[in-house]
Amino acid sequence: MSSQRTGEPLVHAVNVHKSFHGNEVLKGIDLDVWPGEVVVLLGPSGSGKTTFLRCINQLETIDGGRIWVDGDLLGYEDRHGTLHRLTDKKIADQRRDIGMCFQRFNLFPHKTALENITEGPVQVKGQNKDQARARALDLLERVGLKDKPAAYPSQLSGGQQQRVAIARALAMDPKLMLFDEPTSALDPELVGEVLAVMRELAQSGMTMIVVTHEMGFARDVADRVVFMDGGVIVEQGSPDEVIRNPQHARTRSFLQRVLTEHPAA
Amino acid sequence: MTINTEDRPGAINARPVRHPWRWVAVGVIAIVLAMMVNSFATNPRWDFPFAIQIMQQKSVIQGLWVGTIFGTIGSMVLGVGLGIVIAVMRLSNNPVLRGVAFGYTWFFRAMPRYVLLAILGTGVAFLYPKLSIGLPFGEQIAGLLGIDTSTFTFFSLDWNALSTTIWIGVLGLGLSEAAYMAEIARAGILSVDKGQTEAAQAIGMSPGKTMWRIVLPQAMRVIVPPTGNETIAMVKDTSLLVAIPIITELYFQAYGFGQRSFKIMPGFVAATLWYLIVCSLLMVGQSYLEKYFGRGFGQPSKKAQEKLRKVAADH
Repeated sequence: MSSQRTGEPLVHAVNVHKSFHGNEVLKGIDLDVWPGEVVVLLGPSGSGKTTFLRCINQLETIDGGRIWVDGDLLGYEDRHGTLHRLTDKKIADQRRDIGMCFQRFNLFPHKTALENITEGPVQVKGQNKDQARARALDLLERVGLKDKPAAYPSQLSGGQQQRVAIARALAMDPKLMLFDEPTSALDPELVGEVLAVMRELAQSGMTMIVVTHEMGFARDVADRVVFMDGGVIVEQGSPDEVIRNPQHARTRSFLQRVLTEHPAA
Repeated sequence: MTINTEDRPGAINARPVRHPWRWVAVGVIAIVLAMMVNSFATNPRWDFPFAIQIMQQKSVIQGLWVGTIFGTIGSMVLGVGLGIVIAVMRLSNNPVLRGVAFGYTWFFRAMPRYVLLAILGTGVAFLYPKLSIGLPFGEQIAGLLGIDTSTFTFFSLDWNALSTTIWIGVLGLGLSEAAYMAEIARAGILSVDKGQTEAAQAIGMSPGKTMWRIVLPQAMRVIVPPTGNETIAMVKDTSLLVAIPIITELYFQAYGFGQRSFKIMPGFVAATLWYLIVCSLLMVGQSYLEKYFGRGFGQPSKKAQEKLRKVAADH
């Protein structure tokens, strides 16, 4: 899974700032993610990792800095050095190529698993319904839910719902997948099935940014681990460097706490 | 240790708690009911057979269809449609749209329907006998240019003629209803988890589609039950159409027929029975709608389960 850092980074974030009601949550984040790379964001709660992830999908608007995804400046158009805010429609277009999975799955409860997956391709991309259905069934098979196309989310377990959510994101053929604590809301015995799908996705070459507390996943799957605290990136490197041999005291104390809580990692 | 089965407690065969006061209540209700039935049967002024006859009069049936049923359907279609638009405006980022929506709701909620209908029927016809649709200030501009004043008028409406039709009733009741529906729709939209909007945004949906395909269908689950109540209330409020005045309406016709026959009470009874029938049918319809919009929440209905099995078999 080692990625060759050739060409342009897929995600290029420079000096990203974000405040909520005067409370600065991101204090200048610089991060580049290369195509095919799996980056795990670690950090205590309140460190800004989820906020940063949401900024990449423009669910939060940033106050300062710039983010480019695949060469496109997010949220603005640069006309001769002056930034012009993009319309909602154009921002929606920018989100098309970025898939996202949420902690609480956020499946559409009034639609079946299959309809959840076809909604984007049909409604956003204007794909033919039969084509979208066939593709959705393939995706359901890929996430191990071949027999559940007609189930409503309320009839699925949390792990199954999250796998449908992953299939829903993949149906848009994203260049980048964002995972916001995808296993935090799951019962412990359901975590594995979701992580297995994510592992398979990583192996297939998908570029992924993952916010998680699953140290085992970070160690085995991540190409790079980024440790955030207090709205800044404290240190980053390969899993071996950051998890086995952290340089900073803050990283060490965080890892100590997490690893004693999850000795399996 | 051996277990002696005879010592282990078996089936419970206890005496139930007695409820003597329930039986007293049942007795009282039975006596009141018997008195009522007795009075129905023995007081000739009730005259139920004549009430049934009134129910079948052509003028009464026409009043039922035109004023009551069409009036209800028309005003609810207008009220729900406009109400949802106003609710979306109320939740908009644009302060002007928000202000207009607030002003609308404020005005029409404060306005009694009877007064509103009287103003629309009589007052507006007095102020603007002819309503012209065209360029703003078109007549003044044409006057200044010295050409025919109706040049910039696209079409005009004879309000005097309109004011005696059911359409004016639909308009008045619908405008009033929209104010209430806006509040109901707003509550429904706000009840949908914000994560739903974010998930729709994350697959690249535009704000309009997100509202129409994701948020509103889920809001309907909250919107439908109070809308059913509003519809049932509207059936009864069509009796206010007489303020316009429109008399092709159930209550006026039934009452009028009874009065002309010097049998007022059967007229009231005829109207009451029709209202009971229409509202009962509406309640049945409401429960079906609730099931439809409740899909995906809780146990699906039998029909839905059957459909699901079929869909599953298709794959």
